[in-house]
Amino acid sequence: MSVSNVTDIAEVKARNQALIEEVLEVYPVKTAKKRAKHLSVHEEGNSDCGVKSNIKSVPGVMTIRGCAYAGSKGVVWGPIKDMIHISHGPVGCGQYSWAARRNYYIGTTGIDTFVTMQFTSDFQEKDIVFGGDKKLAQVIDEIQTLFPLNKGISVQSECPIGLIGDDIEAVSKAKSKEYDGKTIVPVRCEGFRGVSQSLGHHIANDAIRDWVFDKMGDKPAPFEPTPYDVAIIGDYNIGGDAWSSRILLEEMGLRVVAQWSGDGTIAELEATPRAKLNVLHCYRSMNYISRHMEEKYGIPWVEYNFFGPSKIAESLRRIASFFDDKIKEGAEAVIAKYQPLMDAVIARYKPRLEGKKVMLYVGGLRPRHVIGAYEDLGMEVVGTGYEFGHNDDYQRTAQHYVKDGTLIYDDVTGYEFEKFVEKIQPDLVGSGIKEKYVFQKMGVPFRQMHSWDYSGPYHGYDGFAIFARDMDMAINAPVWKLAPPPWKKPEDDAYLLAAE
Amino acid sequence: MPQNADNVLDHFELFRGPEYQRMLAEKKQLFENPVDPAEVDRVREWAKTEEYKEKNFERSALVINPAKACQPLGAVFVAVGFERTLPFVHGSQGCVAYYRSHFSRHFKEPTSCVSSSMTEDAAVFGGLNNMVDGLANAYSMYKPKMIAVSTTCMAEVIGDDLNAFIKTAKEKESLPAEFDVPFAHTPAFVGSHITGYDNAMKGVLEHFWDGKAGTTEKLVRVPNNKINFLGGFDGYTVGNLREIKRIFGLMGVDYTILGDASDVWDTPTDGTFRMYDGGTTLEDAANAVHARATISMQQYCTEKTLPWIAGHGQEVVAFNHPIGVAGTDEFVMEVARLADVEIPDELAKERGRLVDAIADSSAHIHGKKFAVYGDPDLAYGLAAFLLELGAEPTHVLATNGSKAWAEKMQALFDSSPFGANCTAYPGKDLWHMRSLLFTEPVDFLIGNTYGKYLERDTGTPLIRIGFPIFDRHHKHRYPVWGYQGGLNVLVTILDRIFEHIDATTNVPSKTDYSYDIIR
Repeated sequence: MSVSNVTDIAEVKARNQALIEEVLEVYPVKTAKKRAKHLSVHEEGNSDCGVKSNIKSVPGVMTIRGCAYAGSKGVVWGPIKDMIHISHGPVGCGQYSWAARRNYYIGTTGIDTFVTMQFTSDFQEKDIVFGGDKKLAQVIDEIQTLFPLNKGISVQSECPIGLIGDDIEAVSKAKSKEYDGKTIVPVRCEGFRGVSQSLGHHIANDAIRDWVFDKMGDKPAPFEPTPYDVAIIGDYNIGGDAWSSRILLEEMGLRVVAQWSGDGTIAELEATPRAKLNVLHCYRSMNYISRHMEEKYGIPWVEYNFFGPSKIAESLRRIASFFDDKIKEGAEAVIAKYQPLMDAVIARYKPRLEGKKVMLYVGGLRPRHVIGAYEDLGMEVVGTGYEFGHNDDYQRTAQHYVKDGTLIYDDVTGYEFEKFVEKIQPDLVGSGIKEKYVFQKMGVPFRQMHSWDYSGPYHGYDGFAIFARDMDMAINAPVWKLAPPPWKKPEDDAYLLAAE
Repeated sequence: MPQNADNVLDHFELFRGPEYQRMLAEKKQLFENPVDPAEVDRVREWAKTEEYKEKNFERSALVINPAKACQPLGAVFVAVGFERTLPFVHGSQGCVAYYRSHFSRHFKEPTSCVSSSMTEDAAVFGGLNNMVDGLANAYSMYKPKMIAVSTTCMAEVIGDDLNAFIKTAKEKESLPAEFDVPFAHTPAFVGSHITGYDNAMKGVLEHFWDGKAGTTEKLVRVPNNKINFLGGFDGYTVGNLREIKRIFGLMGVDYTILGDASDVWDTPTDGTFRMYDGGTTLEDAANAVHARATISMQQYCTEKTLPWIAGHGQEVVAFNHPIGVAGTDEFVMEVARLADVEIPDELAKERGRLVDAIADSSAHIHGKKFAVYGDPDLAYGLAAFLLELGAEPTHVLATNGSKAWAEKMQALFDSSPFGANCTAYPGKDLWHMRSLLFTEPVDFLIGNTYGKYLERDTGTPLIRIGFPIFDRHHKHRYPVWGYQGGLNVLVTILDRIFEHIDATTNVPSKTDYSYDIIR
């Protein structure tokens, strides 16, 4: 039977349940039992998505997840542009993550800005055997000689550091003292810690707390505070996302005193405890520091979603609700200002995209946050899952985003994802570089939803126009009609999956 | 508001408008605590000086922008070149995510590879359970014919024993006792990705030739007329191996390519995802022991494998990534000698066409200075070709090059009058190269995608040849080996030279007199 065009919700649920049963059959019994807990069909009204999450990946299954180092260096710390981040350990980790995440920034790279550079202690066997602390000290000295305008240094630990018993904290303290109290941050984000990138985010947040906030004491803000000061937390400025978000907050009358961490600086990190409100985009990677600032400095925080006009308007109003009428009116003015643009974007692209089905598998906030943007274009997200979500992510997803019957897959394996897509045949898959070509080979349009497929920004009103254009360009590209050779009959083999 | 539904502006143009420019300027001034622009200028100029270069070359601990990756990347490269083989990297899982992304960004293709996903408990107790479960899962899910195991640095630091672990996994029935699981220890803190290639290739061959880790009899070599071919770690493997097969076909050589990823990294978009495609058959890998000789295209990728093969009684020959006429001549003649075949006229004709093309164009290259960086063999091959073109490979740098490599480079320089002012830099990185490009400038730079930062900072036009190439598409489909490959490299160099000439002669009533229509 055709499984691709079921519309009745009971049928959808039955199909999705059957699909889950089917993929589990491939596993050894023990693994099937484990994986079963991560796959589910969403039931409307439930408070979460019915999956276990933030659990160790099963060995050998081709998880798509990364590691704590990726979460700390790659996500949280790497974009802080005026600091130098040392990939401390062997050469590989820094090499593969070198400039790969499109954290846009402005600065003179190599002189006062260092984001797209790879600094490594390049561990050799002798460093493993005798320890790397002396080398780290020397690395810091050499950085000070060659990059005198750096504003701080972070030490991003790779796997061996925690295994050979190095004391990077002691080295960092000693060097900080030697260099007049310079900010030097040791980060214990060894790749084997935790089960995914997620613990790396947490460790990186804690390092900011312990080595940036606690160190600065009661240093006064470098600017005159205003009642409208906010900080953008959890926007990595991929393709310029934080910029197309910032412009809206400023247009509504707020003043953005810090960006965490895309296009961010150590000065902005230090200024954040003076903000009146922290606005949090990527809850997963930066809720920890937001909670800390709430507890310690009494700064409230609010989650927002800047994907697609519906969620943007909702978010602008929610953010404004923390302020006076001036800001509330400002929010309304911003919404009204961009309404004609949004109407025009939707008028242009919705007819080309309406009814198209999407499957997502991403990290952070995107498995839920982008759903509204697709819906604004008349599209439907029929499956979604998190690389490294926790239960609070799945709760938010269930309560505010997914529809009844949506297929949910946590820490999906390559095999599962491929089978799900093969059977459900969405019109678009949104995931990462490792998945992109798998699905394109299958003839399924694809957009990378980590890097925006080298496009962007997607945040904010300006970003939504780009998002709509890109989804249209993926789905309606003429190439997909070319995939099956015209002389092959559909029944020949898998050429036309829809014919199943 | 610059955005427009009918003409959507993305990051290329959006932020250049006055709204964003004002916003970004204010952000900088008010909140970034920026360095005084005069001070930025001063340091930027200082970083171009001889004094800075000396300090830069004095560093011995810090590595900045290296042109090398770590061992397991090379091991994964080897594994995907065998028939239905799943690379399995024992250790932390994040590493595997990185290797897969890295290859996919270069080849624009899927790269299948699994990890044993070791975490903190494995760090304490060892990763045996991860290996046992991981092999069982990978075997049942992905139906491989072989699983090739390598290691991340985590597994190496805690000292996991692959041989023992794989044996135990088989005893625990993770997979059948006779299932092929070659392995190689590939510590990231030793050598680079080319070392990983070497270890993994030796691991696979050792498995088949030397009794599958003590589980069967060692193969007894019965020499035949075949020639084994090892390409080494090669970003052009798709185009290169197809070209090598074509050349061997023309020459009538009976050959085995050991590690052939030219299909799996170039599968069609026709509605089917092929997780495995092509590759050296396991039978051919085993039978390769009987070959008359083994050729390595890249000496520094096979420093252990090649002598080990020689130890099995074969003649072995290593090249340094031959590019151009003389390098290809040497290669073709060695193949002819080893396989005892004639070199067909067709190849002579191809050779003549490459010589013809060089004769047509060399005036634009002759005397130009180049900086080259890349893996040691590639850097050697490119430098040799440049000398052949009458160019000067002024700076040749290999982060993973050894002293022995530098000596070999020097011998190459000494062999040509165009090599008189050329220097090899082993173990140096792209920040060293940056200094060199300022203090001893050249006309063009040859390197991988990361060279674009050097191009931006120093104004030296970049010619993209190497690995990885992330920001240009499909270059890996075109060979750089053989006479045809030499032609491709020549054209790549020429295109950039002409582009540069045009771009620097296009100002009306100023430089337009050199803006020629015929060159």
